Formats: sequence, structure tokens, C-alpha cells
Amino acid sequence: MEIKVNFISQEKLNGLGEQEKLKFILEEVRKGQILVLEQGLTAEEQAKLIEMTMEKVNEKFSGIEMESYMSEKQNFWGRLLGKKRARMTIVGPADKIKTVYRDKDVIKAVIVGKR
Amino acid sequence: MGIFDKLSGWLLSIFGKRHVAIGIYGPPNAGKTTLANRIAMDWAGDVVGESSEVPHETRKIQKKDRIVIKQGKASLTIDLVDTPGIATKIDYHDFLEYGLDEEEAKKRAKEATEGVIEAIKWLDNLDGVILLMDSTKNPFTQVNITILGNLEARELPFIIAANKIDLNGSTPATLKSAFPKHEVVPISALNGVNMDLLYEAMVRKFGKKRK
Ligand SMILES: Nc1nc2c(ncn2[C@@H]2O[C@H](COP(=O)(O)OP(=O)(O)OP(=O)(O)O)[C@@H](O)[C@H]2O)c(=O)[nH]1
Ligand SMILES: [Mg+2]
Repeated sequence: MEIKVNFISQEKLNGLGEQEKLKFILEEVRKGQILVLEQGLTAEEQAKLIEMTMEKVNEKFSGIEMESYMSEKQNFWGRLLGKKRARMTIVGPADKIKTVYRDKDVIKAVIVGKR
Repeated sequence: MGIFDKLSGWLLSIFGKRHVAIGIYGPPNAGKTTLANRIAMDWAGDVVGESSEVPHETRKIQKKDRIVIKQGKASLTIDLVDTPGIATKIDYHDFLEYGLDEEEAKKRAKEATEGVIEAIKWLDNLDGVILLMDSTKNPFTQVNITILGNLEARELPFIIAANKIDLNGSTPATLKSAFPKHEVVPISALNGVNMDLLYEAMVRKFGKKRK
């Protein structure tokens, strides 16, 4: 059983506007990809991604599983822009990735290799 | 908002009585509608909507306007907004387990997706939020973290309420330590436990004038 996980660099996503970025993520996830985003999503982006996901949910695509830790400390630019970002975000199709444990510092997820 | 509402809101703000729109947010099944009904019953003798053990019971925003909460000399007028539970996934198969037939389940799932979108959009219309969590469940979920992050980003005043403390598996202390920087009020919306603490917190937090 092979499981593919795509690590997406900050550079790749920074080149896109917010809308394109979230569209790209959702498109990849709908193709069955699991993404690890080096630069996490802001809370607003997470909410937007949930909204966009809900527009696409149907009998075949039940939605996403997303995991992100918000950073406690904001860096200089974050403070200036007033945005708190997740340190890292993992996102994948809900039928492929399941969180089994989560607390402040640890996320344990299993990737289901069926399909 | 009509002119009269604006005017009365302005007058109220001058005389120190605030009129604010307060949303109840959280994951499906946390007890949002049960809490909305409890608040509306306590202060207006009325209910807001139906609660159910089946998740995504609320699939449209429901409101009860002009509920006046009194605390000693202080009082707060709220338009109470009960929102659909927010989720990152909605699988119609999950509803089959509750005895819904396939068609009903698919319809419920479709409406539930629209409800999630509506709930998120409604964040723009509110002056404050009660973030309701189920204290028998792990608080570190993406939904809780995303809602919390959005409240912080919007600088909306909010209270975290840890619901279902009447149940055996309830651990409100876990919730308190999970969110040490925020006010956490342990309640049972079903049995009306600690509602006085919640009302006190609401009048204090939401009654403050914001810049
Ligand atoms: N034991 C216990 N059960 C509760 C409490 N509050 C709500 N419930 C139950 O939890 C279930 C869900 O309650 P709702 O009020 O429908 O939950 P909700 O958050 O509005 O759910 P959605 O509308 O589906 O998002 C129902 O079976 C309620 O009776 C509580 O304080 N204690
Ligand atoms: Mg409800």
C-alpha cells in the first residue's frame, strides 16, 4: 500500500492570491491528495476553506480533515497585519485522513490507504 | 437594521443599556439550540428552535430578538442567534445510523452544508459570541480552533461555555486548561446548571462598550 503526502512549500502558495491558494488546496484534496503546508493557514483562511469545502460536498466527497496548530507568538509581520497563522497545516480528504489524538502539542493522525 | 433600531440602539448606548447581537457557535451537537432555548425561556418565556441528538439539527440561523438579561442594576438586551453546527465534513451515511432513510439523509446533508456556510458568514453580523463546546469531548478539534481563531482575529468578545457538565464523562477542567487565556464557564444547558454564572459573564463581557 502506497500513500502519497505532498509537502507544499511556502513559496509555492505565496505566489497565489488567497482565493487561488484555497482553490488550489481544495482541488488537490478533491483529487485525493494529502497536503502538508509548510506555512499554515490563518484562521480566516481556514474558515474560508471550510466554506468552499461545504460548497463541494456531495455523496462522493464528504469533506476535509484539517489539522493546524495556531502559533502562540506572532512574528513581527503577523502583529503588523494582525493575523495569526497556523505554524503548519495538514489537509486531506475526510475519507483518507483521520485524527486519532490531538492535544496542545501533538497531533496523531492515521492515513487510510483504501480507495 | 431599521432607523428605529439604530436610534434605539444609540439611545440605549447613551443610557448605558446595550443592545447587542450574540451568536452561539460550536460543533454540531454541542447543545447550542438547547442553550438558546434555555436563555430565551429564562428571560422571554419562549423557545428558539428544536434540539435533537441527531447532528446538524439546526441547518438555518434562528433568532430571538430583544431578550433582556438583568443582573442587579445592569441589564443587557440581546438578539440571540442560534447557528448551525460547524463541521469540515458532512457524510450523509452518518445520518442513516439515526434511522433516517437514504433520501432524508442526503437532504439533511445538503442542508447542513448550507448551514455551515451561513453560520460562518454570520460572524460578520455579531457583537459577541458564546463558543459552546461539549465538555465530554476533546476540546482540541479543528472546528473549535478555527472558530476561536476567527473570533480573536475579529476581536469579537466571546465566552467559552463548557456544556454537558451533568454527564459522567464531563471534564470542564480540561477545557479550562486548554484555553487558559479565555473565560470558560462550565454549564449544563439541559439542566440549567450555572446559568447564573453565564448570565453574569454575558452582561459583563457583552455589556461593555467597544471602541
Ligand atoms: N446531558 C446533556 N445533554 C445535553 C445538554 N445540552 C444539550 N444536550 C443534548 O445534546 C443533544 C444536542 O443538542 P442540541 O441543542 O440540538 O445541539 P446543537 O448544538 O444545537 O446541535 P446542531 O443544531 O445539530 O448543531 C440533544 O440530545 C440535547 O438534549 C446538556 O447540558 N447535558
Ligand atoms: Mg442546534
